[in-house]
Amino acid sequence: MRVTVIDYKAGNLTSVIKALHHLGAEIEVTDGNLHPIDRAERIVLPGVGHFSATQRLDATGMTPAIRAAIARGVPFLGICVGMQWLYAGSAEAPGQPGLGHFGGQCTRFSEGSEKVPHVGWNSLETRTNSRLLAGVEQGEYVYFTHSYKAPVSEATAAASHYIEPFAAAVERGNVMGTQFHPEKSGETGLKILRNFLAWDTKRSSC
Amino acid sequence: MLTKRIIACLDVHDGRVVKGVQFIDLVDAGDPATQAGRHAREGADEIVLLDITATHEGRKTLLDTVRRTARELFVPFTVGGGIRSSRDAEQVFEAGADKVSINSAALADPALIEAIGRSFGAQAVVVAIDARRDPTSSDPVRDAHVFVQGGRKPTGRKVVEWAREAEARGAGEILLTSMDADGTRAGFDCELTAVVSEAVKIPVIASGGAGTVTHFCDVFSRGKADAALAASIFHFGVSSARSLKEQLASAGVPVRLPC
Repeated sequence: MRVTVIDYKAGNLTSVIKALHHLGAEIEVTDGNLHPIDRAERIVLPGVGHFSATQRLDATGMTPAIRAAIARGVPFLGICVGMQWLYAGSAEAPGQPGLGHFGGQCTRFSEGSEKVPHVGWNSLETRTNSRLLAGVEQGEYVYFTHSYKAPVSEATAAASHYIEPFAAAVERGNVMGTQFHPEKSGETGLKILRNFLAWDTKRSSC
Repeated sequence: MLTKRIIACLDVHDGRVVKGVQFIDLVDAGDPATQAGRHAREGADEIVLLDITATHEGRKTLLDTVRRTARELFVPFTVGGGIRSSRDAEQVFEAGADKVSINSAALADPALIEAIGRSFGAQAVVVAIDARRDPTSSDPVRDAHVFVQGGRKPTGRKVVEWAREAEARGAGEILLTSMDADGTRAGFDCELTAVVSEAVKIPVIASGGAGTVTHFCDVFSRGKADAALAASIFHFGVSSARSLKEQLASAGVPVRLPC
């Protein structure tokens, strides 16, 4: 199947593309052309970098195109900053709104004795009957690298704990996000990407 | 719970993994892609590929090696050695690296840290620091000197001050090698590691001196390291990431055990 990967110039897409390709996906990258979003079968919004980079999604008109795709039921996966963008915004770039699909703001980890950023392999506490995390056991490890995080809410599919609990994965209908990097999380990560690629849109409730 | 990372390091020369004491008497230790895959399967949390080829032709070989190694690798992958510019870094990222490790180029031009971080994010920039204690100082650890060229050339910088500057310029992690401990297999320099780890908020990867499982326990507890680099103990099947981590887990160190 075809996956449309959104390039908003926030770091390196190679790893995400490589992992999706490894799992048999055909990749189409867009950095502003709306046609691939309008005809998308699946959309991945990666991101390693600063929340302010998501400004490019607005500037290019990709934000309304993505919103329309989501409304059509196209499975959408945001990774790292790509997941944070699904919320109302982030303290990392206060003037820059997110998509607002999920409520709440992303905030920085509290300063204290622990290090910020949170870098490394942390365990997942799966919380709901998530389709994205199907087959992922409680306590499986995934790779994180971030200083900002999304709040735990009803849509949280898995939480992790570092300094405080935060949303490690979010899912509602066809819209999903992971704060961790599934493309860098070994077999567990590949299992999650495989679930995304196997997503049956007919089952989607949105 | 956030776990302590065990990072497998491959020294690569002309596209082959090599092993030698301080880059002398190099012995062929296999194909980088095969070795990296094996370490990842056995539970290494990350792979570092350090290119010790210094020639111009070697750079092309390196990019090919990075590409081949990255292809089937789904854990974080860092590439270091000979990265002198944003363009060098960009090529390595395009070939499939997630992070670059920069050392002497960052000392020569600290703005390089910012330049790479701007384009690829701070998480992609590892600043490698080679430090040696100053035996003439009243505080030999805190006053440890930073060296380049494999410890041959002093830079006039002190380790804590340079680590803090690297952090302020946007480094995502510090890879700290103790020149005193390196190659000894007598244990990490825990005092040096702790001084640097407490001076910065970014993760510190300890390197140099690993010989036994106890050495890893020590550097995670006394050394306050967030991660530790294991190179020689993994070669030739002496020890695997799996057995190292199983022993660390029984010693109470939080680690990710492979499935």
